[in-house]
Amino acid sequence: MSAVIQEPLTLPRAKSRLWRDVVGVAMVAAVGLGGYVLFPDNLAFLTRIVSVALLVLSLDLIIGYCGIASLGQAALYGTGAYAAGIACVNGITEPFTLVLIGAGAGAAMGLVTGAVMLRAHGLPQLVLSIAIVQLLHEAANKASWLTGGSDGLSGMMPAPLFGLFEFDLWGRSAYLFGLGLLVAVFIALKFVVRSPFGMICRGIKEDPLRVSALGIYAFPVLLKMFVISGAVAGAGGALGALATQVVGLDSVSFELSANALVMLVVGGIGNLYGALIGTVIFMSIEHVVAAINPFHWMTLVGAILIAAVLFAPRGLSGTLDEAARLLKREPKGGPR
Amino acid sequence: MQTLFSIAIDAFAYGMALFIICIGLSLTMGLMRVVNLAHGAFAMSGGYIAAYAARDLGLGYAFGIIMAVIGTVLISIPLERLLFRRIYDRPELSQVLMTIGITFCVIGITNYFFGPTLKTIPLPAELAQSVDLGFRSIAGHRLFVIASGLVVTLGLWFLIERTAFGINLRAAVENAPMSRALGVRTEIVYAVSFALAIGLAAFGGVVGAEFLPIEPYYALRYMVTFLVVVSVGGAGSIPGALIACLLLGAIDVSARYLVPDFGNFFFYLAVILIVCAFPRGLLGRRE
Repeated sequence: MSAVIQEPLTLPRAKSRLWRDVVGVAMVAAVGLGGYVLFPDNLAFLTRIVSVALLVLSLDLIIGYCGIASLGQAALYGTGAYAAGIACVNGITEPFTLVLIGAGAGAAMGLVTGAVMLRAHGLPQLVLSIAIVQLLHEAANKASWLTGGSDGLSGMMPAPLFGLFEFDLWGRSAYLFGLGLLVAVFIALKFVVRSPFGMICRGIKEDPLRVSALGIYAFPVLLKMFVISGAVAGAGGALGALATQVVGLDSVSFELSANALVMLVVGGIGNLYGALIGTVIFMSIEHVVAAINPFHWMTLVGAILIAAVLFAPRGLSGTLDEAARLLKREPKGGPR
Repeated sequence: MQTLFSIAIDAFAYGMALFIICIGLSLTMGLMRVVNLAHGAFAMSGGYIAAYAARDLGLGYAFGIIMAVIGTVLISIPLERLLFRRIYDRPELSQVLMTIGITFCVIGITNYFFGPTLKTIPLPAELAQSVDLGFRSIAGHRLFVIASGLVVTLGLWFLIERTAFGINLRAAVENAPMSRALGVRTEIVYAVSFALAIGLAAFGGVVGAEFLPIEPYYALRYMVTFLVVVSVGGAGSIPGALIACLLLGAIDVSARYLVPDFGNFFFYLAVILIVCAFPRGLLGRRE
């Protein structure tokens, strides 16, 4: 489905790749901590970036590694957010437990969403993803006794982290907690996409006929990826709920799903770093421009999307890879 | 009984308005295999042009419709040349992204020029009053929408089933390389069908403005509805699109009358059930 071409992985390079991953993860953590030091007044916004980054990572698993276009990923994110929020209001306040609850609820919703979406292909599949997120949106709006409806779910009082660090107004502990969660999820996902299971997913995306000729039934494999993706998105939603202590209807909206897709495209589909880069860039620009005029922001997003499709189909990370390769004078498709 | 009757008329008129807008999308999707999420943006620009012509210039409803169709087709030509043409053979995801991008741009630009308020298209006196059918009276506008829908249906059926252009069109849908080899100018067929689709969208945007009010977010708000109709009906199928429009229109309107506080819940539930049961659409062709 996607134009991304993955180079075949060769075993002798495995060691240098592991080294690169260690450096990459260290850089993610370093950039995150740098944000903590440089913008101590904007930690709530930075926590929101981390939370949405988890959503975009989960979307990347579906689109980038399985080739399934989805405009309804916020269904998984919002389910995690509401599950964590409702659990918190009802007396479960330990942050790690809440994130696990969010991830579990997201995974369950991923199972349902995947089972429904994998019924169809192409446009009907896309429509199913939109219909699911809209259905949940209406349901969350209607069930206001449970979710707070359009007022949002409030009144959460998460317990201090490790019993020591409170989720206070400045959001220091929320941000560091979120950053730790993001790095942990990121490492786990690196293993997932490199595992034989991840390779099969990529194979299904590139050539479903050949994979089925190898005797692999695609449906359960893709469904498994949906569940993993749901867990990641749900954890992101739970983090958002914990940090802001409010869950709004916008956490399960078509707009958030579409924005997540734009972020992924800007950063680069099929690349976990791309998901992070895209989220940070998109949300930073949005933070500045949307404050000036939300409609200018829409025009800009549209222009970015058109430009991305025309000039950088592999997103920023892919284009950077390409540029690096040109600089090193290595032939296209050669070793990285 | 009175409620049931008015629900039925509203649902039928709404379904017909949907059909006029969506049939173009269904045709281009079946013909050119382009997932055009910007279709609603064209319907919206039709509505804006008609509102401008009929209200600000005072040229009347009929002239507004003609202006809307011609103007929107004129707007679409450079877009087709510069943007759409590049994504015809690109993967689906690129098409989705590009056309969503166009939609966002159109929304932003429309708001910049026309402001965020709702635009009304003043109806002529003949359509604004209600028509007495002997046993019931119906709003004239509803009758006009239903009649337009029927004319569009019959016209398209005639065009596609009974004319030389229709034969070329069907041949190009069935097997484009083979029809090219037989001397069908497929690029002209594509260009004409694209213009036809855009013109119908603009027409539908104007006559359906009573159901789908014209405002900058129109393009995004109803994009989902249009896509749903096409995928439920099956891309490229006129009877499929007609059935889907009438069915979904009926579900939407009766849910609005009977359980208004559920919003679109039942509409989307029905969509999920139908698409799960018919993954290729009600009357979609096998690939």
